[in-house]
Amino acid sequence: MLDVIIIGAGVSGCACARELARRKASILVLEKEEDVCCGTSKANSAIVHAGYDAPHGSLMARLNVQGSRMMPALAKELDFAYRRCGSLVVCLDEADRPALQALYQNGVANGVEGLRIVERAELQAMEPNVADEAVAALWAPTGAIVCPFGLTFALAENAAANGVRFQFDTAVTGVAAIDGGWRVQTAAGAYEARCVVNAAGVYADTVHNWVRGDDPLTIVPRRGEYFLLDHAAGDHVRHTVFQLPGRLGKGVLVTPTVHGNLLVGPTAQDIGGKDDTATTAAGLDELRAKAGLAVKDIPLRQTITSFAGLRAHEPRHEFFIGEIAPGFVDCAAIESPGLSSAPAIGVMVADIVARSLALPENPAFTPTRKGILDPKTLPPAERAALIRQNPAYGQIVCRCESVTEGEIVDAIRRTPGARSLDGVKRRTRAGMGRCQAGFCSPRVMEILARELGVPLAAVTKAGGDSHIITGVNKDVY
Amino acid sequence: MDQPQLVIIGGGPAGLAAAIAAREAGVQDLLVLERDAELGGILNQCIHNGFGLHTFQQELTGPEYAARFIDRAKALGIPYKLNTMVLDLAADKTVTAMNRTDGLFQLHPQAVVLAMGCRERPRGALNIPGTRPAGIFTAGTAQRLVNIEGYLPGRRVVILGSGDIGLIMARRMTLEGAKVLCVAELMPYSGGLKRNIVQCLDDFGIPLKLSHTVVDIQGTRRVEGVTIARVEDGRPVPGSEEHYACDTLLLSCGLLPENELSRAAGVALGPVTGGPLVNESLETSLPGVFAAGNVLHVHDLVDYVSEEAAAAGAHAAAYLRTGAQDAPALPVRAENGVRYTVPAAVRPACAGDAVTLRFRVGGVYRNKTVAVYAGDACLVRRKRPVLAPGEMETLRLPGEKLRAAARAGAADITVTLEEG
Repeated sequence: MLDVIIIGAGVSGCACARELARRKASILVLEKEEDVCCGTSKANSAIVHAGYDAPHGSLMARLNVQGSRMMPALAKELDFAYRRCGSLVVCLDEADRPALQALYQNGVANGVEGLRIVERAELQAMEPNVADEAVAALWAPTGAIVCPFGLTFALAENAAANGVRFQFDTAVTGVAAIDGGWRVQTAAGAYEARCVVNAAGVYADTVHNWVRGDDPLTIVPRRGEYFLLDHAAGDHVRHTVFQLPGRLGKGVLVTPTVHGNLLVGPTAQDIGGKDDTATTAAGLDELRAKAGLAVKDIPLRQTITSFAGLRAHEPRHEFFIGEIAPGFVDCAAIESPGLSSAPAIGVMVADIVARSLALPENPAFTPTRKGILDPKTLPPAERAALIRQNPAYGQIVCRCESVTEGEIVDAIRRTPGARSLDGVKRRTRAGMGRCQAGFCSPRVMEILARELGVPLAAVTKAGGDSHIITGVNKDVY
Repeated sequence: MDQPQLVIIGGGPAGLAAAIAAREAGVQDLLVLERDAELGGILNQCIHNGFGLHTFQQELTGPEYAARFIDRAKALGIPYKLNTMVLDLAADKTVTAMNRTDGLFQLHPQAVVLAMGCRERPRGALNIPGTRPAGIFTAGTAQRLVNIEGYLPGRRVVILGSGDIGLIMARRMTLEGAKVLCVAELMPYSGGLKRNIVQCLDDFGIPLKLSHTVVDIQGTRRVEGVTIARVEDGRPVPGSEEHYACDTLLLSCGLLPENELSRAAGVALGPVTGGPLVNESLETSLPGVFAAGNVLHVHDLVDYVSEEAAAAGAHAAAYLRTGAQDAPALPVRAENGVRYTVPAAVRPACAGDAVTLRFRVGGVYRNKTVAVYAGDACLVRRKRPVLAPGEMETLRLPGEKLRAAARAGAADITVTLEEG
């Protein structure tokens, strides 16, 4: 019997795994997709909220502020992209000032550092493209941006390096109490563990209700659609710019990303399907209409992709974290600010599990991890030396993001490593640029096939039967 | 590493023609930098025929057309580096490039020819709603998989956009055993050459649905279907949706000149073409930096790419001999249906015998006259029975008339469409 099974390899599951790896325990993460970071964690606003938003006194507020405080040190320890650019909540109407003031006071009560209301003149100096209608804004210097993939991969790799096992393509189909623990049923057989962590994202209600149907959770997937703009538009705003909900409705945010793009979104639509991440004409129209409310002249012509993600929304709008049955720990309803809170969520869940199982410290735990080497960050002489040592770092594969073969091979050889085009894309940014993999996908497919020892036809976009090639020329004749 | 006088960025049809012309004009120290593993650029995957009708009066395949230029470049001993990516072009023309063997290196040429070509507009830039499964390819990516790798990227195919690559791929996919259900085109006219519509669609019974677009994509892992709707005034018409069960969507919705290097160097780009604004010598806003081919504006025939690039190579050679030419320039204005012109400015003193002017129109026009004026003086009038956005137009402006108009005080040049 294992000590711990974590259901779900999103950012919450991976944060829990990494924190639990500080204890001596056998830990298995079960993930229904082919990689980590395939659900809510992959498609969101990529921001670290400062923590003024969540209602004071809520678990959400506490974990958000704590997670936001932990993030800079964690980014250094685990080597993922994070930048404290600060955030602005822009008030577009004098009539909405009480709401701005209330937000400020909620933030102060939550313990968010450095909050200040900035008036129009200062706001315009800080953010030249702010809407002409802007009257003031809440300035949160601790607001930040992060690579959600980078954060999740970093947590997963560090967990794996410390002994956590990951099993992909393994959907959990049921959970039953057994003597001294739980039996977790999957299509690939049953696993037993003394403790189970439910970090199943939009499916966390299903998993919860297997165990506590008497006190059910309901997760209503809330779809958010986004536009991602080219680097050429990346400096259109300097900070994460939100619009204060008010007379003009609830707006969308406009933010730079850590990789120099501009991100606009999300919409918010409660939907029935738990994997319906399709974008819609109505959603994209709504985005176009709302994008310009708080920030003017957004060059939407520079859009390189649009996408949609699902938030694991519970109607009570609160995180549900706790031991709901002996040895069964929920980490559920982790909607925004879930990404921001992830480091704190990991600590909280690990503490609950460790207490429940009386797990001892793991003296061998290594807290650091090096990310995939990005040769662009090296001084020219070091970069030249790297190419001499490994010529694959001299071979550009993705032209738009200047990603080399060396980086792609590194991504595939990691644990857990990339096994698909999307896996490579999220780890290295190959295919993430303005041509959206038009040029590099055949090359990345070749490298994947070579490194994984599979035929080219077996390479997928995102695991399962998402094959890119359907046959060879004239095979029907 | 030797420091060449002239660096040509790109070893496709434009870069090769520019290099050959520069060498033939006497430039000894030049270097072609090509990011792919072979010279020839996109021609290598264009295995259909129809190339070279103007240049060689023959119907060549893409690789055959490229081979003529590659052979010539090799015969002239023109140096080139393959698998070499230019990472940066600085305003002082410093070229930073990288490959496996030389590592990271810098060149400091006196002149540069930009010949980076173009890329395809991807699904994301089109904002097509729906899911994001495998099975959505730009036509060029599919062409590479089929023609270079020998793999079929799908079996039941819908094509959005009637650009030439999409039309060519409709035929290719059919020949390789796939079923192409239809080609949908947003505009009321095709973006491709007439001959391609006839030879690639009509001959194979593939319907072309003008004023139609894809309004939804279905399928979680792999494309399972797309929905197409009729478009009026730029909006899909409710109720006109048709569903197609398919596993593949190919996109042929326009090409975008690849000017990231140019932009970083500070080269002024045109808002319509997305390519550098050049004068009659194909020189950009940075003296000594020239541009030709699809990086300058998207062409439909490679013959014109070669011709334009040869001119750019010759002008680069002249620049190396004589340095920058300081002469007054007349801006070229595109009016009344003319979307853009290349060049965007003309220095009459540098116009020589004639200036080649290329342009495209913004819609389909019948029985028009193309007229070019310098100030009040008419330089050229040409009757055209049909003008269409998919077909580039070429005019020759006589140098003598240009200089006379300049002496008479002309402040600009206008290219316009007139009745009759």
